[in-house]
Amino acid sequence: MANFLVFAETRGAELRKVAGEAVSVARRLADATGGGEVHALVAGPSGVGQKAETLGRFGADVVLVVEHVALTTFAREAIAETVAQRANSASYRAIVLGFSAQGRDLGPRLAAKLDAPLVSDVTDVEITGDSLTVKHPAYANKVIVTLTVSGAPAIVSVRPSAFTATESPRAARLEPLAPAVDPTAGRVKVVQVIEGARGRPDLADAPVIVAGGRGLKAPENFKLVEDLADAFGNAAVGATRAVTDEGWRPHADQIGQTGRQVSPQLYVAVGISGAIQHLAGMRSSKTIVAINKDREAPIFKVADYGIVGDVLEVVPALTQAVREAKKGH
Amino acid sequence: MKIAVCIKRTPDSETRFRIGASGSAIDEGGVKFDMDDFASYAVEVALQLKEKTGPGEVVAIALGPDNVQETLRKAMSMGVDRGIQLKADAVPFDGLAIAKALAAELEAGAFDLIFFGKHAFDTGSGVVGTATAELLDLPCVTAASKLEIANGKGTARRELEGAAEMVEFSLPAVVTIDEGIARPRYPSLKGIMAAKKKPLEAKPAQLGTPRVAVKGMALPPDRPPGRIIGEGSAAVSELVKLLQTEAKVL
Amino acid sequence: MLDFFNIDSQLSEEERAVRDSVRRFVDEHVLPIIGKCYVEGRFPKELVPAMAELGVFGANLPEEYGCAGLNNVAYGLIMQELERGDSGVRSFASVQGALAMYPIYAFGSEDQRRTWLPRMAQGEVIGCFGLTEPDFGSNPGGMITMANEQSDGTWLLNGAKMWITNGSTANIAVVWAKTNGDKAERSIRGFIVPTKSKGFKARDQKGKLSLRASDTSELVFEDVHLPNDAILPKSGGLKSPLMCLTQARYGISWGAIGAAIACFEEALSYSKNRVMFDRPIGSFQLQQERIADMLTEITKAQLVSLHLGRLKDAGSYTPQQVSLAKRNNVNMATDIAREARRLLGAVGILAEYAAMRHMANLESVYTYEGTHDVHTLILGQAMTGMSAFQ
Repeated sequence: MANFLVFAETRGAELRKVAGEAVSVARRLADATGGGEVHALVAGPSGVGQKAETLGRFGADVVLVVEHVALTTFAREAIAETVAQRANSASYRAIVLGFSAQGRDLGPRLAAKLDAPLVSDVTDVEITGDSLTVKHPAYANKVIVTLTVSGAPAIVSVRPSAFTATESPRAARLEPLAPAVDPTAGRVKVVQVIEGARGRPDLADAPVIVAGGRGLKAPENFKLVEDLADAFGNAAVGATRAVTDEGWRPHADQIGQTGRQVSPQLYVAVGISGAIQHLAGMRSSKTIVAINKDREAPIFKVADYGIVGDVLEVVPALTQAVREAKKGH
Repeated sequence: MKIAVCIKRTPDSETRFRIGASGSAIDEGGVKFDMDDFASYAVEVALQLKEKTGPGEVVAIALGPDNVQETLRKAMSMGVDRGIQLKADAVPFDGLAIAKALAAELEAGAFDLIFFGKHAFDTGSGVVGTATAELLDLPCVTAASKLEIANGKGTARRELEGAAEMVEFSLPAVVTIDEGIARPRYPSLKGIMAAKKKPLEAKPAQLGTPRVAVKGMALPPDRPPGRIIGEGSAAVSELVKLLQTEAKVL
Repeated sequence: MLDFFNIDSQLSEEERAVRDSVRRFVDEHVLPIIGKCYVEGRFPKELVPAMAELGVFGANLPEEYGCAGLNNVAYGLIMQELERGDSGVRSFASVQGALAMYPIYAFGSEDQRRTWLPRMAQGEVIGCFGLTEPDFGSNPGGMITMANEQSDGTWLLNGAKMWITNGSTANIAVVWAKTNGDKAERSIRGFIVPTKSKGFKARDQKGKLSLRASDTSELVFEDVHLPNDAILPKSGGLKSPLMCLTQARYGISWGAIGAAIACFEEALSYSKNRVMFDRPIGSFQLQQERIADMLTEITKAQLVSLHLGRLKDAGSYTPQQVSLAKRNNVNMATDIAREARRLLGAVGILAEYAAMRHMANLESVYTYEGTHDVHTLILGQAMTGMSAFQ
């Protein structure tokens, strides 16, 4: 029987979707090794503890609450040290966190502090005897690598949306935990948080993504992409490298092998030809729709459904049809 | 300013991969290797910084067998002053093991800045840079998409999900470089010739024991073939119907 | 990139690095604009500073004159990559390096070398090569352009040259002229002629259907007065300009491979994507034969040029060997361009695709720097010992 530690990520006092996914993964691993405890650590400003009680829903037995006003923004050094000291003071088989902007920073810090092996961007995990076996999409999603991790604790950073947060409800005990070091004394200080477009989910979380490429011909035509995303209601907007290089959209919107890698339920590619480096970012989407005027465009080879036509004509028609379909619900 | 850049030799990102006979490595036949994309952004950032701040030195470090010397020389042909090869028969998948070797080398270097790519194309793990920083107990900015350095201090932008944060830090520091900061220059022919005369030192790598190992590799399952359902806006109603009934995503 | 016989393994790291840098330059700066330049009939002069910075001018001349100091295989690879972009762009570099900088290096005084070469390497001074005349193409020894030495040691130049690449862009022209009324070949000398000189006129030759992204001019000299240090002191006889041509022809043998590869890769990609009768056309036997033939010719040409480059670097190559390479490689490239154009079908006539542009360009490359037929006779004479020139 072994215990598992989860870093349950928050933004401010709100839990992020990947936190529930990470807890779920830990719960499954704990159940597979004799039913030990899952301890979820949350760090945030006052009130985060209350929000975090809901982690019991996904299987957390204990919620370790690190509350401090300076944890409103990402106090990476203090959090890393706090998690590490907790891991040193108790015995955990593995530490699970999300491979998010925070997780990419925390995971390696923890690995170094604890001298613990780390596997990132994991899409599948099993415990087999003494070792952990994980799957990880490498070479920009072109090759699935199976890795074995030996040693405890193992640090597992899970790909957001790759695991479903499943219910395994229990009443989680809240335990306050003091930050191991002063969160205001970090050497990397957050001086500003710039919020993105309101009302749209992030590319990592969105079930639907509408992405636009050069076929839109001009930056102002991106409005059609945004309108379609709005019609779906829960969609994020992405872009190809071609249009982010031109400055039509910010680099953070770029989907591709050096940009964001996404796996939504539905990916609508508008005016995108389907260059290999773009496909690497979205080919694991569950359903792909492509709209392009060139029948020979490579995107049609990966799309489940394609429409050949002028995007400036087809997209507004699709937006209208989606709005009507949604009204019918 | 004394700047170090840690670089990696990785396969060309346009490659169509095949799995090798062992089942746990890619088939390298016909695969072209070059400096990793994110590592090249890091080299470019280092060179631009050196050009801006005057006298100083940029050192490139790569871990691996002798074939990484070509990658180090590419860095030198871009303008890096010298190269260090940490000799190892193979580059382990375990980023922490690599970080230990790099930290051992960088420890005594008294660098003002150490740059890494945010992650390498082959492993896509993003462990080495930040882990090395932690081992050296240096402040670290992971995945900077914008960077300004002046008067011993730095400001960087990091992309979050649907937002971004601006951070400040003092030197010496480690920064891992995200895309969008800089377009890497390609070496001029004179640069290529000059690189032949720049120092390239090889020494044994003090690798940590890898505890992450590749058990197998596989190509992702092929998507079942899709279909073009029609032309122009006339096809829209059919598409919506299929998304509702067949794909069940609407 | 096409390398069926793994020629890469025969290149040094440095040669590969040079090739990769120029390739990237062409992909990023030349290919996006060259179709349009060709249609407009304009040489993309705005690329000259970037080409200079890259170091492609006189790349095989020594570093002490501000040049890259590369070996001849690297030089060849540069020409290959430039012509993969366009023959007109490669022609600019060939003329600048092999026909303007090289004669100054080979036949000029130390002073002339130091005055001109570094600035030409940097693209600040553009040169052209004045040998061919309206009535003397394949027979340059018959030229009538004449330079007469005056009593004060200065020269007076009269005559005309034609089909001069870079003629109207150049700052200096390396002009070959007979001297002092002597009509024999032995009196031919080279002169550095500033194009701003009084009496010097350059006029674009219009109406070209080939090498449209290149400046081609006629030059006219009417009592052009040249100082006594305009002459290239070590030049003498037809041999001097022919040595320059051998340099250029060597580069062209590589360049033609680049054009052929560009056409091949475009055709191959098209054949895999273009569907007709429910299959990609690349699955039909006739297209596969086209592709197999192109592959074979390119591979042979690559080996010819690589070996020639190694001989040149060893100092043991002959002009006849260069003739074989130029003749073979350009001829095979013209065939490949045409076959590629045909494989592309209707779209192959559009400027958006490279094949027809290369096809048209290569007709000039076939004709200039020694026509195919002239090189045929050079080889015939080399083998039989008998001249069939007249």
